[in-house]
Amino acid sequence: MAAGFKTAEPLEYHRSFLKENCRPDGRELGEFRPTTLNISSVSTADGSALVKIGNTTVICGIKAELTTPPSDAPNRGYIVPNVDLPPLCSSKFRPGPPGEQAQAASQFIADVIESSDLINMEELCIEKSKLCWVLYCDIMCLDYDGNLLDACIIVLLAALKNAQLPEVTINKETDLAEADIQKKKPLKINRLPVGSSFAVFDDSIIIVDPTAEEESLSTALLTVVTDEEDRLCAVHKPGGTSLSGEKLQHCINRAITRNKEISKLVDKVTESTKTAK
Amino acid sequence: MTTMMELDQSYSVLREYGSEQSLLSKPDGSSTFVQGDTSILAGVYGPAEVKVSKEIYDRATVEVLIQPKMGLPGVRERAREQCVRETCEAALLLTLHPRSSVTVILQVIHDDGSLLSCCLNAACMALMDAGLPMSHLFCSVTCAISKEGQIIIDPTARQEKECPALLTFAIDSAECNVLMSSTTGSFSVQELQQCIAISQKASEQIFQFYRDSVKRRYSKIK
Repeated sequence: MAAGFKTAEPLEYHRSFLKENCRPDGRELGEFRPTTLNISSVSTADGSALVKIGNTTVICGIKAELTTPPSDAPNRGYIVPNVDLPPLCSSKFRPGPPGEQAQAASQFIADVIESSDLINMEELCIEKSKLCWVLYCDIMCLDYDGNLLDACIIVLLAALKNAQLPEVTINKETDLAEADIQKKKPLKINRLPVGSSFAVFDDSIIIVDPTAEEESLSTALLTVVTDEEDRLCAVHKPGGTSLSGEKLQHCINRAITRNKEISKLVDKVTESTKTAK
Repeated sequence: MTTMMELDQSYSVLREYGSEQSLLSKPDGSSTFVQGDTSILAGVYGPAEVKVSKEIYDRATVEVLIQPKMGLPGVRERAREQCVRETCEAALLLTLHPRSSVTVILQVIHDDGSLLSCCLNAACMALMDAGLPMSHLFCSVTCAISKEGQIIIDPTARQEKECPALLTFAIDSAECNVLMSSTTGSFSVQELQQCIAISQKASEQIFQFYRDSVKRRYSKIK
């Protein structure tokens, strides 16, 4: 009987749960789904990670390549993030060129990397105007159940922490670059940006970590990215119904607590791989 | 002359803005919006036919296209399109036109900072010109936070480049709340609240401008 009600009137079905301050999957309004993290899953990549927030599964692989730095920034390397939403992850996405959601997510991740000063780009430069690293970060969603942006940020952060780049020297005689695969150094990560996504229902109720169903029924979506010093790196609300100042503040506070939870998780996983080696 | 004005510019004042409506004959609604030197031309088609793959059974489908001044639209334009589209969807009464489409096309004429704000303002004026039913109007303001922590409103391209943080907000006319927020750079929670307060205050000026331009336009019709 509940399944019939859910299909016929999905909004009413969700409202009946929200009235009791809970959600169909049993969570509280402010509760995140269990998050699991796995690193070094892809052996052919220079760094990789896999994250699952509930059912949402996102994998990231980092490939480092050598290239000449751009002429307007000759002493910096660069990072190229790309978010891919293949038809595998959800029936919403059709095969073909990336849709608006994938492109907007890629731009959002690029903005977060720059806003949070995640990696010092000068460190990626090997020789000014001649040689630098470019990190291609391919983020692919394997299972879409809402809250894509949070998962992308976590998986990118974990993959970058896991990445090891070989030492590169330029042979003065041949003027060619030589990479020493035996000597590998990890990247220096300055900040730990963590995102928290919220969905607004009926202009008044705010729920944390929406599933795909909740996202489609919500009237607005908000993602807040904070770093470990409680500074905001992004407040991304692409539209939808308006949000008052105090509700926004409430979301920011929740995002700050979430930052601490995820930082602990990422540190635990990085430490465990170090001890395993 | 222009350099003198830049030096004297008070940082909590919007640049000179202006708008013109109904300049194009083919679109159902059109407008230009100029903020300082930034200029956007907007055209609206709707309610019109929609492709079966994109139709929604109980509401209109909103499509936004942002054409940059040079080159083809890229990932950056897609992200801006998402912001403009969702803001328009919240303001328009879409359930009045099921299985129809509303297309907003924005052409960048010149970009001198505050581009997303100018796009949203131009879109709102064009939607008004097309006569599409809306539950409230919206306007947008950009704030930049300089290295010294000073908040500059409606920054020019040069100011945007120098400032570590840039925040764009869309404010609604009914309750003066934040409809859309897009930020780059890092900032503290206090700076965010200050920028929101400044944007809400500046939005009152822009809403008054909307009212005046509509009054002026319809008082001419006999």
